[in-house]
Amino acid sequence: MDTLNNFFLIALPYIALALFLVGSIFRYTRKGFQVSSLSSQFLEGRRLFYGSVPFHWGVFFLFFGHLTAFLFPKGVLAWNSQPVRLMILEITAFIFGISMLIGLVNLMVRRYTTPRLKPVTNKMDLIIYLLLIAQTFFGLWIAYNFRWGSSWFSTLLAPYLYSIFKFQPDTTAVSLLPWAVKIHIIGAFLIIALVPFSRLIHFLVYPLNYLWRPYQQVRWNWGRRRIRAPRTPWSVQRPKNN
Amino acid sequence: MDIRSQISMVFHLDKCIGCHTCSIACKNIWTDRKGAEYMWWNNVETKPGTGYPTKWEDQEIYKGGWEKKNGRVVLKGTGKRRGLTNIFYNPNLPVIDDYYEPFTYKYLDLIESPQGDVQPTARPVSLITGKPIDIKMGPNWDDDLSGTPDFARNDPNLNHLSEAEQEVMFQLEKMAFFYLPRICNHCLNPACVASCPSGAIYKRGEDGVVLINQEVCRAWRMCVTACPYKKSYYNWHTGKSEKCILCFPRLEAGLAPACMHSCVGRIRYLGVLLYDADKIKDTVHKDDHELVDAHLDIILDPFDEEVIRAAKMNGIADSTIHAAQFSPVYKYVKEWKLALPLHAEFRTLPMLFYVPPLLPVMATVKQVNNSDDSKKMNPMAKYWDDNWLYDTSTKELWGTLDQARFPLKYLASMFSVGDEEKIKDKWMKLMAVRIHRRRKTVGDISDEKADAVLQDAGLTAEMADGIFYLTALAKFEDRFVIPPAHREQAIEMLDFTGDTKGETGFGFKSKIRRGV
Ligand code: SF4
Ligand code: SF4
Repeated sequence: MDTLNNFFLIALPYIALALFLVGSIFRYTRKGFQVSSLSSQFLEGRRLFYGSVPFHWGVFFLFFGHLTAFLFPKGVLAWNSQPVRLMILEITAFIFGISMLIGLVNLMVRRYTTPRLKPVTNKMDLIIYLLLIAQTFFGLWIAYNFRWGSSWFSTLLAPYLYSIFKFQPDTTAVSLLPWAVKIHIIGAFLIIALVPFSRLIHFLVYPLNYLWRPYQQVRWNWGRRRIRAPRTPWSVQRPKNN
Repeated sequence: MDIRSQISMVFHLDKCIGCHTCSIACKNIWTDRKGAEYMWWNNVETKPGTGYPTKWEDQEIYKGGWEKKNGRVVLKGTGKRRGLTNIFYNPNLPVIDDYYEPFTYKYLDLIESPQGDVQPTARPVSLITGKPIDIKMGPNWDDDLSGTPDFARNDPNLNHLSEAEQEVMFQLEKMAFFYLPRICNHCLNPACVASCPSGAIYKRGEDGVVLINQEVCRAWRMCVTACPYKKSYYNWHTGKSEKCILCFPRLEAGLAPACMHSCVGRIRYLGVLLYDADKIKDTVHKDDHELVDAHLDIILDPFDEEVIRAAKMNGIADSTIHAAQFSPVYKYVKEWKLALPLHAEFRTLPMLFYVPPLLPVMATVKQVNNSDDSKKMNPMAKYWDDNWLYDTSTKELWGTLDQARFPLKYLASMFSVGDEEKIKDKWMKLMAVRIHRRRKTVGDISDEKADAVLQDAGLTAEMADGIFYLTALAKFEDRFVIPPAHREQAIEMLDFTGDTKGETGFGFKSKIRRGV
């Protein structure tokens, strides 16, 4: 039991994080052409709405929910100290979870019943669908059966995750958790490990800098004023674009 | 003054014969590969017609371009807020069926099917699924007005015409059409660039070519919506958007873009324009009726000392300034004021200009009796027993413009944001050149009359000869004045186009491998 625990709760997280970091950086810097959301809306634009929208908004809120509980466990506990606020938090999270599950199922059904999507579907897509569906399902299962997740996440899981990041893994508390929670943890690290090897990588390139960049972009291959200045040395300059 | 140079183009629509050679030249070099089969970076449409993709001009459907709202000019269907929140599902994205499902035929079946009583056929198969399909539409399904009830009748430009006017257009005897070849306009205020959340699209400073960096594009698909001309296309296989690159590798090597080089009707002209980038902002904020004039005002006179000085300050090479002085585009657009931008109301400041067509308009203006004249001609001369002739007398000429077969209103809706006077002005010029040339070559028009016509149209005899030369006689070097790219200073690419055919671009070379 201990070996298993050690493998899944200590070794797997480190392997996953290493793969995630090295793989993503490699793919982003060396294989930029292969970093894309691979949208299939162009081939099927109607049913996508009922899958993509609920899934993405669901995953968006749940991701940041988990992140908040990890980063500010005390804050979450303080918020939860009043039952009404706890209920609001739990119910909202649950609704987003359901939305995510519905979205995923819709996406998967759409992908496998639309002939035009076959040429743009690969095996990794299937693995990701199954993994995400299982992960969402267990998430909902845990939220329903082991209440209240937001509170015990902050007290039990946040310290465990911190211990991982501090390179002093401490699994005493998590190893006692129910098997469903352990599966959820393992699933999470598996998903992280697969980011650089699947289309999931696109979430890393969400174009936030669009917010502050000017609308128009003009690029010069040479410093256009400098080039005519008599003292500019005559040298070949590598372009920055492409 | 912030002077920049832009490679821009003029298409002389009177000369387009609708042969689609340009489209094929482009397809052969750039889009003959998986995921891009349906793309026609260069396409030729019959007007009136719905075009490619269907009804692209109707921005109520596609939400492309910019719009002026409470004095501010904003992207119509995209922009920062909408771009980032609609990223999971873009409600205004055209889908493959708005273009057409690419297909091929199973030619092998013709050769390989076993002997039998019936002829084997080559069935059409989809290039997406590989399954047999019934072809419903293609990029030129409405060529030469075929299928008029479904296509030409639905032309968005007809919205500006009354029922009666539309009926007149489609009466069988009066039916007229012309061709509209389209490529990316390499706009000064490109909506595609502004809408790209990843910042993958940019305008090159040196020559104004608008490009999509294939390594940075993440398939957020906003440019496809934003370009009102629908000239940014989504490659469904690679998950990257692509667009016309104005054959920049050819331009850098001093060659004309493939579509222009191959143009059978020799309708295409390419050259440098110098413009003032500081004026762009004001210009796009102008009201609809001032837009075209303001757009043309941005373009500067390359002979003006002041302009030359400022251009040099901005690092524009002498060779480029020189090219600008010989630019056929400058002549058409500014000197002779013969060319207009397409749909200026989209406010992207397109840098491809069109000489509006006169031919379908004038073809049967008046019935005359020619037989006496014909008899007088040299027996060697080829003469027509045709009694339908262009009317060459000034009074009637200008008088009939309003009742032309092709309603002014229709062309005005395409080229001058509804201003009929502008189109009339171009038509008068085009007609005056013909009359002037007829005086010179046939000699049946008095000098008085011809001069009066020229004066009416605002041309001098030299200008008319210039227009005639560039329209009818111009050699390759006159039509394409390409400035040296000075790659010794900025090597973007030193690739030979042939080596990279079928690959995903220039600058980096790798096999087209879709991400996982
Ligand atoms: S025509 Fe469209 S794709 Fe081309 S520069 Fe203008 S907005 Fe961009
Ligand atoms: S090649 Fe020239 S003449 Fe032929 S369709 Fe294209 S633009 Fe028109």
